[in-house]
Amino acid sequence: MISAGLMNTLQVTVLVLVAAGATVVVRTRTRVRQVLALSVYGLLLAILFLVVQAPDVTLSELTVGAIALPIILLLAIAKVSKPDRKRER
Amino acid sequence: MTPRQRLWLFAVAAAGLVVCYLWAFTGLPGFGSYPGPYGQEILRVAVQQTNATGVVSAINFEYRGFDTVGEEFILFAAAAGMSVVLRKLREERETEPADEAGSRTVPPSSSAVRVAALLLVGPTAVLGWWLASHAQSNPSGGFQGGVILASAFLLIYLAGEFLSFRRLSPDALLDAVEALGAGGFVAIGLAAIAMNLPYLDNYLPLGTIPGAVSSSGTIALISFFVGIEVAAAFVLIVGELLDQTLLRSA
Repeated sequence: MISAGLMNTLQVTVLVLVAAGATVVVRTRTRVRQVLALSVYGLLLAILFLVVQAPDVTLSELTVGAIALPIILLLAIAKVSKPDRKRER
Repeated sequence: MTPRQRLWLFAVAAAGLVVCYLWAFTGLPGFGSYPGPYGQEILRVAVQQTNATGVVSAINFEYRGFDTVGEEFILFAAAAGMSVVLRKLREERETEPADEAGSRTVPPSSSAVRVAALLLVGPTAVLGWWLASHAQSNPSGGFQGGVILASAFLLIYLAGEFLSFRRLSPDALLDAVEALGAGGFVAIGLAAIAMNLPYLDNYLPLGTIPGAVSSSGTIALISFFVGIEVAAAFVLIVGELLDQTLLRSA
């Protein structure tokens, strides 16, 4: 069993990571990179839900936030992106 | 307004926001405190009443099963709407699909990606199936299991096997499985009415061992139906998008 102090430290650390991740997503200006950052952010959120003891929400967030949403966004970007790929890369 | 004045205005507003925000924080209940009566009550009675140790599933598929029907049909409607919007229109049959990025050289998937993706297909499918069928004993459920099951199909695509992906998931089959999943959930509820019980009442035997896979009556069955519905809906949505992206002529 993890002690309460360690758990608090863990929760604060993950909260800070989530805040940092959200900032990175907003600050990323390239679309594909932004989606990848969003995927990592989904993973961080999943970890946050795990450390606040909500394992079922963790699974939902992991599947939807880190996998399904980025895939759908990537496909949509691939569909609409025009040949001006120099900016993209 | 000069940029300098605007900055001052922002500084005043931001300071006000910070003060109000901190003030609001002092009134928050303590971390993890839960004043509502229902959570404690359900924790006390759920396992005895349903024989499901996955109490979240017991709540989702039993205590508030009616809400979950609605939630499931959100996804159902989304997948159906996607199929309708992205369908092949009558006049589109005539026109050749135009690649908007024709000059793009598509790099082939690296061997490492292909091997890793193919290796993960089996374990991912098993994990998804396990999650969808163990809602009654673990923190899992049809929704999570269904999406993971769908990502097993996506791994086949990621391995560079687009044609295998489409062959394994023909639209007609996906439509049928999705309808079966969504309809199965509703039918379980209607069967209860036919037995003169409330809608979605748990009329199946609950089993004797709490948390066993065969326990919890309709909860396990509903989770199974939700699982196949969600998996089919996600494969359908991604398949439609892939068709659009890769401009496959059907």
